[in-house]
Amino acid sequence: MDNEMVFHYMVDGDDFTLAGETSSKVKKRLKQLGLPPEVIRKVAIAMYEAEINMVIHANGGTIDVAVSPERIHIVFADTGPGIPDVEKAMQEGYSTASNEVRELGFGAGMGLPNIKNCSDEMKIDTVVGKGTTIELTIYVT
Amino acid sequence: MEKERYWHSVTLERDTCKGCTNCLKPCPTQAIRVQNGKAKILKERCIDCGECIRVCPYHAKKAVTDQFDILKKYRYTVALVAPAFYGQFSKTEDRDLILTALTLLGFDDVYEVARGAQEISKKTRALLAEGHLTTPVISSACPAVSKLIAVRFPNLIENIIPLRSPMEVSAEAAKGEAVEKTGLAPEEIGIIFISPCPAKVTAVKDGVTVKHSYVDGVISFKDTYLRLAQKIGNIENIKKLSRSGSLGIRWATSGGEAEGSGAERKISVDGIHNVIKVLEDIEDDKLSDILYVEALACPGGCVGGPLTAENNFVARSRIERLCKAIEKEAEGDFPDAVDRMWDHPPQYRPVMKLSDDVRKAMQMAIALEEIEERLPGLDCGSCGSPCCRALAEDIVRGYAKESDCIFVMRERLKELLGRVAETKSSAEQEEDKGES
Repeated sequence: MDNEMVFHYMVDGDDFTLAGETSSKVKKRLKQLGLPPEVIRKVAIAMYEAEINMVIHANGGTIDVAVSPERIHIVFADTGPGIPDVEKAMQEGYSTASNEVRELGFGAGMGLPNIKNCSDEMKIDTVVGKGTTIELTIYVT
Repeated sequence: MEKERYWHSVTLERDTCKGCTNCLKPCPTQAIRVQNGKAKILKERCIDCGECIRVCPYHAKKAVTDQFDILKKYRYTVALVAPAFYGQFSKTEDRDLILTALTLLGFDDVYEVARGAQEISKKTRALLAEGHLTTPVISSACPAVSKLIAVRFPNLIENIIPLRSPMEVSAEAAKGEAVEKTGLAPEEIGIIFISPCPAKVTAVKDGVTVKHSYVDGVISFKDTYLRLAQKIGNIENIKKLSRSGSLGIRWATSGGEAEGSGAERKISVDGIHNVIKVLEDIEDDKLSDILYVEALACPGGCVGGPLTAENNFVARSRIERLCKAIEKEAEGDFPDAVDRMWDHPPQYRPVMKLSDDVRKAMQMAIALEEIEERLPGLDCGSCGSPCCRALAEDIVRGYAKESDCIFVMRERLKELLGRVAETKSSAEQEEDKGES
């Protein structure tokens, strides 16, 4: 598309201190476009939560962001364990994170619900043992 | 003082500037460029934090403040003393000595900002208890941080606690007290803030969150320090002028204000680059378990201000000693009539955006990414922009060109020399042929 910016990022699965870096980079770019602050905040939160999810559950993955003046479309893809029960995973407070991860303050079961709250459209494609793809759209206007 | 859009205390002395690039990177809003051998401050971006004043090896960055002759403009003057001021002198414990010395410099009276600070703490606790604020709540006391939020973190404007600064409430109280004492008209009384930082000077001029500041002038710690040091040794009649308690004075150092908030789940962040990290985290919703964030631009808090005379570690130690020696609470009441709430939040300054038109901005952003790809990514600053990405931004904005990058230039030169050499050798061959 003519008026669209696309970014591709790899999320490293080994180091979750780096999670949030992609979100930061995207935030900076959206601010340069002068998009409304609320939109940028939604994108930042959704991206950060998704990044953390990829790191703690799926050993990393990829993020593709497409930005147009009308909407932001983001695809998170990983080749992790997949989500056995999506409906449960969407419930606030439900988590399958390990105790170690929880001790670090993650795995509160708010990841997917938060992502959903921040997006206007959200689609989860998941196959147990193969991986998960989350596609979401946030509209600018 | 008159309100002026983008007036700044932090300024550049062109003649002293050598055009080195030391100030480029530390600037938290990328507000400095070096062009034609001289630094230049982009006014709409500058937040007056004074980082550049700290790092400039040639002292070409200055803070414009009022001078002592401003006292002559008023019939009666009150020195509004920031708590950090006590940390500048080895005789910290004797606050009355320091305050009396101020009256010998021409001030008719003194008023301690620590009193206002204690009131702001009280109001902070009340607002936190009501529980209607957007959390984590960010302190509003440091004007450089408020402006940083207005420029770089517009999302977080709603997290700033809607309170005036201790300086503002103290100024109003001081003015009222002086009017009552002297019977003069308010405009005949000058409330002069003694400031550790340029951000306060600008805050008084442009208001930030208040429509009208009660502060009539701002003189720096540095300018006051020497004059005061000369007086302080030979004072016979020390007047009892101190009335504030340690709760207010602790605001001088990082941690004091957070302590005063009464919040269990609080953090205190000092140093502008640390503040940026925390604000990024808040933006990503990472600090959901924190209720109150004290965020101060200077290392160690206000004792680390760019216009202080003493190093912030020594000053902190002195403030701590002073606080141990005195009562917690201030003496006397603080007037209820003084408004604690701000008039308006700091205004979003979308200076980072490339264009007002989103479509145009998008095209520029795409070009920016392409240019950035071609730059070496060393962020050396030799081009005069703080990093490669900033140069790419300057290019799409039309302020710079790709050949400003010395590495791009070197490659082009190499290419050119190669071509020259080629032409030369083929010309020589031609010549050889001609001779034979």
